[in-house]
Amino acid sequence: MAIALSQFHEVRLNGVSRDFGALNALRDINLTIQRGEFIALLGPSGCGKSTTLNCIAGLLPVTGGSIWLDKNRVDTLKPEERGFGMVFQNYALFPHLNVRQNIGFGLKMRGVARAEIERKVDEALSLVRLQGQGHKLPGQLSGGQQQRVAIARAIVIEPPLVLMDEPLSNLDAKLRLEMRAEIRRIHNELGATTIYVTHDQDEALSLADRIVVLRDGVVRQVGTPKELYEAPAHLDVADFMGFRNKLKGTAVSSDRNRTVVEIEGARISGVTGESVPIGAPAYVAIRSDDLVVGEPGGNALSVTVDTAEYRGREFVGTAHMASGLELVFRSPHALETGARVHLHVDEGRALVFAEPV
Amino acid sequence: MHAHVPAPAATAGPSLRQKLALRGFDAVTFLVVPAAVFSLCLFVYPFAFGLILSFEPKNGGWLANYQRFFSDAYLYDTIINTLALAIPVTVLNLVLAVPVAFRVRLMRRQRLLTTILVLPITLGTVLVAEGLLNYLGPQGWFNRTLMTLGLISHPLRLVHNYWGVFASLLITGFPFTFLLTLSYVTGIDPALEQAGATLGANAWQRFRHIYLPLLMPGFAITFCLSFVQAFSVFPSAVLLGEPAGTTRVISIAAYQAAFEEYDYSMASAVAMIMGFVQLAIVVAVLAARGLFYRGPATGAKG
Repeated sequence: MAIALSQFHEVRLNGVSRDFGALNALRDINLTIQRGEFIALLGPSGCGKSTTLNCIAGLLPVTGGSIWLDKNRVDTLKPEERGFGMVFQNYALFPHLNVRQNIGFGLKMRGVARAEIERKVDEALSLVRLQGQGHKLPGQLSGGQQQRVAIARAIVIEPPLVLMDEPLSNLDAKLRLEMRAEIRRIHNELGATTIYVTHDQDEALSLADRIVVLRDGVVRQVGTPKELYEAPAHLDVADFMGFRNKLKGTAVSSDRNRTVVEIEGARISGVTGESVPIGAPAYVAIRSDDLVVGEPGGNALSVTVDTAEYRGREFVGTAHMASGLELVFRSPHALETGARVHLHVDEGRALVFAEPV
Repeated sequence: MHAHVPAPAATAGPSLRQKLALRGFDAVTFLVVPAAVFSLCLFVYPFAFGLILSFEPKNGGWLANYQRFFSDAYLYDTIINTLALAIPVTVLNLVLAVPVAFRVRLMRRQRLLTTILVLPITLGTVLVAEGLLNYLGPQGWFNRTLMTLGLISHPLRLVHNYWGVFASLLITGFPFTFLLTLSYVTGIDPALEQAGATLGANAWQRFRHIYLPLLMPGFAITFCLSFVQAFSVFPSAVLLGEPAGTTRVISIAAYQAAFEEYDYSMASAVAMIMGFVQLAIVVAVLAARGLFYRGPATGAKG
């Protein structure tokens, strides 16, 4: 592979913060990224994930902290001096340049010889599987093809770090899955180091080696997809990881790694995600898959069914408790609206969290 | 098996109304009538009238006016004089407007600045010319300041010559050029510049390789509109210039023919020549515009 990315060991974000006037878009972000890692910055819109990326790229100056590439401080450099490849949400392809010129732009700016540019552009085109499209203008390409050009343009300059800002959000669902696999393939083939911003947890879980969950400009949790999926550290992270049921109650007892929460008279025992003092408000987070229609008794909630939709192998239903608290669950058989059922959860599949701050 | 149905032609195919609607003609089309009447009465008719009038000279054959214009240096030099004012002023305005537009694009209080810049347009050329007459005159602030500072010993001659008209055209033309330029500059997706920066292009390279090619078509339009405005200069050429010499512009020639010689036919011929010169420049610039990319100036499909 002739596209050989620059060698380095790690990228460090050291207490990076960014204020917009009185608003703290980012507060004290600390993160170390090893070479070859695929990092996803995950969070709802407005959480600061794109701001983080723009700070790393140099498109936004940081207002506190520093960014290091091994022993070189980069946050004081202009974006053009950092040499990080960036893929933009709307691709930002130069509309007046054809595909080859777009991809070769970075090399041309670096004063690379023409023959060398042609050779590298050819390689980049074949890496993103766009051979034969080089003469087209961006306006003549489909969304997926434009995205491939944007990726090729970012990697052909052989950047130490590839930054991607929600690159798949403008594509339709099918293409998104396809490009997701492509992005991971390109990352692996090049041995690239990638920081990928997304608000889609599926994307983050399937692509990343490590996920950084951000909320309100603060890092909430860093971990592998498995760690985050199985053991989210906070209720908001759990929410992002697909725990659709968040049932508020009161902690009544706590025994090593189990906490019992009383919810409208029912007692649900779950894994202690965050320690909650006895008597304090607590949330039980349960995935809809883990809340199943069953017998009354241990770890079950009594509810009234609202809807039950057939989803192929089973039914996905919504129900409410006496107080009106809504739940999403699954059922092996059809249910009538208004039916009273018991929803059961395994002790190991319910997570208990403190009230979010 | 088939019954005889007397099918009238009208029901056989789409009705006339449907056919018209398919070609974009319906009741709404009538809304164009006032505008059409307006342009017919106030543009097409006077233009046609002037064109025909220009071929009906007081003396001589039907081309006599044109022959007279192009054989008399005092007349045909007005084309050169006008171009010598209009082209440098337009180019300079454009060159000045670009950096200002780039700066203003990033400003929050755009409206205030825009208002200040638009004032010269609303004040009109005559007021600006009168103001400059005093300001740039031998006893004006400008010369007095320079003399007080000891930079010059005699007042500079800045009015009643080429430079007075030049300054006036620059001041009255700039806001117009600037506003057009600003709209073209802000029409370009800032992500393109950011992409350029992450790809290693410095500020000049980003301007040269990203903004400039995308702005060229807009600059061409701006040039044409500003040029046409400057080319029809009249009040400042008379008030601030040397209407018998270097700033004897083509509109002065037309004015003299009409109101000093009372030769409306000749005046029409001068106006036609004036229009033709403008048209030639505009067509040339717009043809050159075709050499550049003219699609949307954003990165993605709309």
